[in-house]
Parts: sequence; C-alpha cells; structure tokens
Amino acid sequence: MSALLRHLVVLPIVVPLLAGTLMFFLAESRRTARVALALASVFTQLAAGVALLYLTSDAAPYIWPEGVGVYPIGGWPAPFGIVLVVDRLAAVMVTLSGTVALAALVYSVTRWDRPGQPFHSLFQFLTMGLCGAFLTGDLFNLFVFFEVLLAASYGLMLRGGGTERVRLGLHYVAVNLTGSILFLVGVALIYGMAGTLNMADLAGRADALAPPERALFDAGAAILGVAFLIKAGSWPLNFWLPGTYSIAIAPVAAVFAMMTKVGLYAVLRLGTLMEEYETLGAALFYTGLATLATATVGMLGAKHLARLVGYSVLVSTGILFAALGLRIEALTAPVLFYLVVSALTTCMFFMLTGMTDRTRQTNPPVSPDDDAGPAPVYAAYGIKEPSVHAGDQGAGIALPAVMAFLGMAFVCCVLLVTGLPPLPGFLAKFALLATALDAVPAAETPAAVWLLCAAVLVSGVAGIIALSRVGMRLFWSVAARTTPRLRLLEAAPVAALVLLAISLTVFAEPVNRYLDSAARSLHQPDAYVRAVLSLETRRERPEAKEP
Amino acid sequence: MEIVYALGIGILAASGVWLLLRPRTFQVLMGLLLLSYATNLFIFGMGRLAQHAPPILDAAVAAGGEIDPSRYADPVPQALVLTAIVIGFATTALFLVVLLALRGQTGTDHVDGREPDA
Repeated sequence: MSALLRHLVVLPIVVPLLAGTLMFFLAESRRTARVALALASVFTQLAAGVALLYLTSDAAPYIWPEGVGVYPIGGWPAPFGIVLVVDRLAAVMVTLSGTVALAALVYSVTRWDRPGQPFHSLFQFLTMGLCGAFLTGDLFNLFVFFEVLLAASYGLMLRGGGTERVRLGLHYVAVNLTGSILFLVGVALIYGMAGTLNMADLAGRADALAPPERALFDAGAAILGVAFLIKAGSWPLNFWLPGTYSIAIAPVAAVFAMMTKVGLYAVLRLGTLMEEYETLGAALFYTGLATLATATVGMLGAKHLARLVGYSVLVSTGILFAALGLRIEALTAPVLFYLVVSALTTCMFFMLTGMTDRTRQTNPPVSPDDDAGPAPVYAAYGIKEPSVHAGDQGAGIALPAVMAFLGMAFVCCVLLVTGLPPLPGFLAKFALLATALDAVPAAETPAAVWLLCAAVLVSGVAGIIALSRVGMRLFWSVAARTTPRLRLLEAAPVAALVLLAISLTVFAEPVNRYLDSAARSLHQPDAYVRAVLSLETRRERPEAKEP
Repeated sequence: MEIVYALGIGILAASGVWLLLRPRTFQVLMGLLLLSYATNLFIFGMGRLAQHAPPILDAAVAAGGEIDPSRYADPVPQALVLTAIVIGFATTALFLVVLLALRGQTGTDHVDGREPDA
C-alpha cells in the first residue's frame, strides 16, 4: 500500500498530461466525453493534492517521516536524475491549484468551452504545468514546467479572439518569452558555477565557491530572481498583467490567478533552500512595496471591474513580496495563509466578473473592438466565426434572485480582497500585521515593518473605495441593465468558493497549524536536502564537477 | 576560441535586445530569436568549451577503470540546450501566429496595433 502511495507524487502531472493528449483523439462532436475526461482529471489532481496534504502532515508519519517525499523519475537518484519532491508547501500549492482549476473548469463548461480550439486540452496542460512547477526538485525541470504552463496559457488567453485580445496577447507572449530567456541564462550560470541543477544539491553550494565563481553564481541567482519576478507580476515588470488578465475570458483569468503564485512559490522555495539568498530581502521588500503602491493607485483608477480585479492580483503580490522581504521567519506562515486566501479570492472574483459583464449587454461591449469583425483565419476560409457569446440566450434563469446572488457574491469578494471581517481575508491580513508588529522589537529595521503595516492598511482602504464605487455602478444604477441569465453551473463554483472561504474562517486554527508547520520546515531545509540526497546513499557520492 | 565565442554571444545578445525594443512586431520576433540563439550558445558555453572531447564514456576506457574526467565534455549543457532549442522554437512559432493575427486584424505591424500618431 505504501509503495503505491509513493506514486501519488507523480499523479498530478501524469493524469492531466494523459487526459489532455487523449482529448485530441476525441471527435469535435464528443463534447460530453471531453468534459467528463477533463473533470475526472482535475478532480484526480485535487484528490491527489489533498492526499499529499495528509501524507506530509504529522498525522501520517509512516511514509514520509519528515514530511518530505521524494520521487526519483526513472529510478535515478539525485543529483543526477530528476526528482519530484513534495513537502508541505508543495502539497498546499497542489491542492490550491486543484481547487482553483476545478472551480474554473466547472464554470467554463456552461458555454466558454464551446467554439473550436482545444480548450480542454490546453486547460489540462496548464494545470499540469502548475502542478509540475510546484512538485519538481530540479531547476531546469522547473523551467520546462514553466514553459508548459505558459505555452498553454498563450492559447487560453487568446481564446475568444478580437483585436484587443490579440494585441494584449502579443504583449503577454513577448514579455513571457523574454522572461524565459532570462530564466535560461540564470539556470545556465548557476549550472556553470555550481555544477548541479538539483535544488537540494544547490543548497549550501554557493558558500563553497571561490570568490570569482561566487560572484557569477550570485549574478545567475539574481537573473533567475528577475525571471521569477516577471512571472509573479512584481513592479516594474508587471504593466502587462492587469490588461492581459482582464481581457482573458473569465474561467481562464480565474486559473491565471494561480500563475502569479508560481513565481512567488519559486522565490520562496529557492530563497529558503539557498539560505544565503535570504539576504536578497531588502530588494524584495522595496519592489513589493512599489508593487503595492502602483497597484493601489491602479485600483483607484480602474473603470472596469475586470481591470480592477487585475490590479487586486498585483496588490496581493505586493503584500506577499513585501512581507517576505522583511526577513522575519515568523511571517512566513501568515504569508502562506494570505497566499491561499488571495488565490481563492481572485479566482472567485474573475468568475463573478464573467457573470456581471452580461448585465451590460444592452450597452456597448466592454471593449468596442471586440466585435470589429471576424478573425482573418475564419474570414479566409469563409467560416462563420464561433463566438463565446453564442450560447448566451435561451437556457438559464432570469430572476431578481440572480441579481441578489451576484450582489452577495460581490460583497463577499470585496470583503475578501480588502480584508474585512468575517471572511478569511481579514484573518490573513490580521495575522500578517499582528505577527509583523510582534517582531518590531527584534527587527533589524522597525521602520520597514511600520511602513508595511501602513501600506497594507492604506491599500485596503483604497480597495474599499474603488470596489464600492464599481459595485454601486454595477448593482444600483439600474437603468439600461438587463438581469443576466444565469446557469446553475456558473453560479455553483462561485457559491462553493464562498463556502470554502467561510470554512477557512471556521477552521482557521487547523489550517494555520498546518501552514505553520509548512513554514517551519521551509526555514529548516536540512530535512528537505537530506531526503532528496539520501536516495543516493547506495552509490558513493562523487565530488562536485571540476570545471 | 573563447574570445570569438564570447564576442559571438555578445553581438547576438546586443542585436537581440536592440531589436526587441523596436516598435514593429517583426523586429520584436527577430530580437527574440537572436536573444534565444545567444542564450543557447551561452548554455552550451557553460559546459566549458572543449575540442576533441566526447560527451560519453568510451566503453573500452571505462572497462579499464582509469577515467580522466577532463578528457570528456560535459553532456548536461548539451542536453539542456537541446531542450531549450525545442521549447524556444515552439514558443517563437506561436508568437509568429499572434503576430500575423494582429497584422490581419489591425492592418498595421506596430506592437500597439495602431500607428503612434494616427
């Protein structure tokens, strides 16, 4: 049994890969089969994530005693073979991405996945890339999974067509290709100096390097860091993000909520493994603060809800980076809690945006260019362009209750984004600020802590102002609004996420205890390193490569 | 050889960056291509340049027991570069598709979809 359970680690990667590939062989007409396959795959990922959560916790010490599971792909031991590593943080992230993906998928089934293009396959590859990035223990493998998820996201982002989408898609692709090039340069420099790409093997290698090599190694790590910051949407590398996220169709934007967290995860993982890079903190703090400031201004200036949500993604990125940049170990657990809450919130909010946008149907569309004409490809072949709005009329209920539901969901999202009680947004921000203030007497720079607290509170107030303004326009200025028709399957994921948020408040204690242990094991990377490298005890460990 | 190699990477990267910052989509595409060539060469160079050195062990030599690692090239960067080339090729092709779509929809090849003073 335990031998089988070990294979759980590879499940969140293999299952979507197989499912996504299999879908290519299903005829266009067999939509039900495709949807069933997609749901089964995402559900398996979520289940595997939950199982990993349990197996890495203290409650189940019989498989991975120290909470770190290592899966050598192809049976080759580290550092020569590629390993997958699951620890508590990775398990949390896999579960989170499974939850977000399941919600977005159920939401998309109503109509967003209809016309042409292999939506479900791309979606599967995106989730595969996400899970792979969280689970891998190898730097180059991380690059590959980044590329898998980015390649899928390019296709998903362009879904729906329209000039505006293509224009922003071009920017998105260009920025991310440049980021990938930086990633490669960083990886190559690190390999050239340290002679290994295994993350556990890299830990502590930097200190053993001679000064000239050390300088190049540091440069490599810095370039790698810049690549991660681009993915995470940190200032000043994030001007593409609000536009891209707000123009993508709702379920896609909802999964994208997870993508900025990948960059953050990578910074957290490598920063704690290579302890010497916790000194990068000061820079991280100020970029985080700048992200927070620009995003707050952006929120106040945004006219459309989708764009506003895009900026709220940046607000959470800013808070997370600034908090990590303080280099207070006790802050890591609240940071993780905030990360979980903000990912769920963004996902929920983007799905809600997709539904409220339909109240504006009688008005000109959000971006006038959208209906400018058929895409050239379709025009060239004389095909009528399939539209994502095709299924809008007909089924669905048009009741005043729909507006009430949307309103309630909107209020929940606002509470979560701005951090007001009773939803977990409040708990997360409160825990963050309380822990930070507790650490003031011992902090190297108390002023920085106060600065962070002030910035978080100000951004919260700005968020309330901006969101209530948009909310009033959306729900209370009734003229020229149609009550949108709502399908049950669209409302269900949002409602489920609201319930999940409420249960996060109720069960905040066990959740926080788990995240606390995840944070503690992050700051004691010995167990991680030992677990990965002990696999090679069967062979004599060779010396580092002599260049 | 190192000087020539380094100069080659430098020139490719510099041209790539310059083109990447230009306003026309095709220039951006060429910039990305040149940058990825520079990166690929750089990764290869990180395995140290060696002449007449095979990346795999000779079976006859390995059987003899005495192995001198300095006589062999590092195979890892070669594997990395192969992966990077494949991935770079695919993503660049995708960029080309988006580029053509934008050109078809807006009638201009400016990255913003419209001429700056129009």
